[in-house]
Amino acid sequence: MRWIELKRDIRMNKGLYVLILPIVLFLFIFNYLPMGGIVLAFERFTPKNGVFFSEWVGLKHFISFFTSVYFVRVLKNTLILSMLSLIIGFPMPIIFALMLNEVEQDWFRKCIQVVSYMPNFISTVVICGIIIDFVATKGLITQLLVKIGVLDEAKNLLTISPYFRPIMVLSDLWQGTGFGSILYLATLSGINQELYEAATIDGANRWKQAWHVTLPGIAPTITIMLIMRIGSLLAANSDKILLLYTPLTYEVADVIGTFVYRKGLIEQDYGYSAAVGLFNSVIGMILLVVSNGVSRKIGDTSLF
Amino acid sequence: MNFQIKTPSRYVFEVINALLLLAFGIICLLPVWHVIMSSFSDPTCLAKHSGVVLWPLSDGPEHPITYYGYKSVFGNNSLLMGYANTIFYCAVGGCISTILCTMGGFVLSRRGMMLKKYVMLMLTITMFFNGGLIPTYLVIKELHMLDTRWVMVIPGAVNVMSLVIIRTAIQGLPDSLEESARLDGAGNLVILFRIVIPLAKATVAVLALQYVLFKWNSYYDALIYLRDRDLYPLQMILREILTQQDQTSVDYDAELAMYEDLIEYCTIVVAILPIFCFYPFILKYFTKGMMVGSLKG
Repeated sequence: MRWIELKRDIRMNKGLYVLILPIVLFLFIFNYLPMGGIVLAFERFTPKNGVFFSEWVGLKHFISFFTSVYFVRVLKNTLILSMLSLIIGFPMPIIFALMLNEVEQDWFRKCIQVVSYMPNFISTVVICGIIIDFVATKGLITQLLVKIGVLDEAKNLLTISPYFRPIMVLSDLWQGTGFGSILYLATLSGINQELYEAATIDGANRWKQAWHVTLPGIAPTITIMLIMRIGSLLAANSDKILLLYTPLTYEVADVIGTFVYRKGLIEQDYGYSAAVGLFNSVIGMILLVVSNGVSRKIGDTSLF
Repeated sequence: MNFQIKTPSRYVFEVINALLLLAFGIICLLPVWHVIMSSFSDPTCLAKHSGVVLWPLSDGPEHPITYYGYKSVFGNNSLLMGYANTIFYCAVGGCISTILCTMGGFVLSRRGMMLKKYVMLMLTITMFFNGGLIPTYLVIKELHMLDTRWVMVIPGAVNVMSLVIIRTAIQGLPDSLEESARLDGAGNLVILFRIVIPLAKATVAVLALQYVLFKWNSYYDALIYLRDRDLYPLQMILREILTQQDQTSVDYDAELAMYEDLIEYCTIVVAILPIFCFYPFILKYFTKGMMVGSLKG
């Protein structure tokens, strides 16, 4: 019965099915086949037997990951870097947008916008190239730190582990603050001006207006952005870390993403690496589902 | 907000606010400015100089700027090759991705397809979960796509986020246009090409632009899937030049290092120049893109 209906549907919407077929095929090959490939995480992979017929080892890879020193290290580093970028990197665009919003000269605001959006368009590799140059032994930032007495002698900061996290967070801030403010600025310009007029008539000064009109105006946007951020908490910026870390800083810099890359592609320990990757995907999925659910409930807005 | 009377404290606030913003603007600009100016400097002066380079350094007024670094950068074949490869990946990948996402968005905006909700489910699942690095790598390997140009443009072509955004944009178009076209005997393809694409082209263009910028700037896929240097995109070549010197060595040939620094500055300038040339023109599309992306899918 259903099959007959389906057949008729396919005949009627033939064009549409032809158009959607390549997309379904793409998703199947590049998204769903790899998901099937996750069985690798439970196998001792040998190229001869392939992904689906290698020797089954059960949870061996997971146990060896969870009991190794790396587990605590990479999880801690991932969480610390994500939390730092959340706590510092999240409010900055909001503050920046609020400050820009107070500027009354259009030309000045536009200039600052154009300049501050610019770092967003520079590639990770170039950013890292600039960072490496600036914090090298003779680099600008190293010299500055020596001059103001933070450092005793000029050293390459990327080889000193306590400096790694500040370097990551500050460079992210440099790159992301301006562009991150776009959405907030748009929301701010959408706030009804009559609300400010009414507040003035009621005797509210600027600060009170900011507190009672501006902030409630952008609060929904802030909530949604925050929830989306939490959904990607485990996705620490591993392609940037990959360019900046050295064995000397693995202690603080090695995150799940970089660990999976090293184990899998450099050491070619496929099964183990797939297991760590699966762990990451599962936690990431839980975070996404939860944050998306919360977002749907609170803001009546959801990502999906 | 000119209906308000300015108090003296408001003036003070405005000045401080403007100064802080100005400081931030300068911080955003200064590193890039330093790099550009250093790239035109004399390497010997550059090595001696400490602090920000605000203007090209030289050893005398008769040689105000040097192009030495640029000569060497443009003589570097692998860099030019990387440029060509990146342009190819951006163009071909952008076309494939845009066509697929538009097609998908169009189909999923239609009503009355029985299997639509299953396709939608299939799309949504990929946003929550993925196979991870190694399983994906092995699939690509089994498909014999490692070390081919195709690996750079095919696997990421269906971007679910863009597809959903296009679908939303198409759903927002007035139904009456489509109905009248149907009355005139137009089929799905005619509707797609004659009505939907002309009306939704702004959204499609914004997403295509985002794809191209992302592709231009990313190196990670190439790092994983490409071994053959002739296929490397620009960012991989930049990675070699900019980040792969031995960071730990303390003492090495100073003269060589001097020129290496200069060449690095020049490489950075050459790498960011095209984006900066287009930047003022594409900026408004990106601001638009941020808005489009934030709408409910």
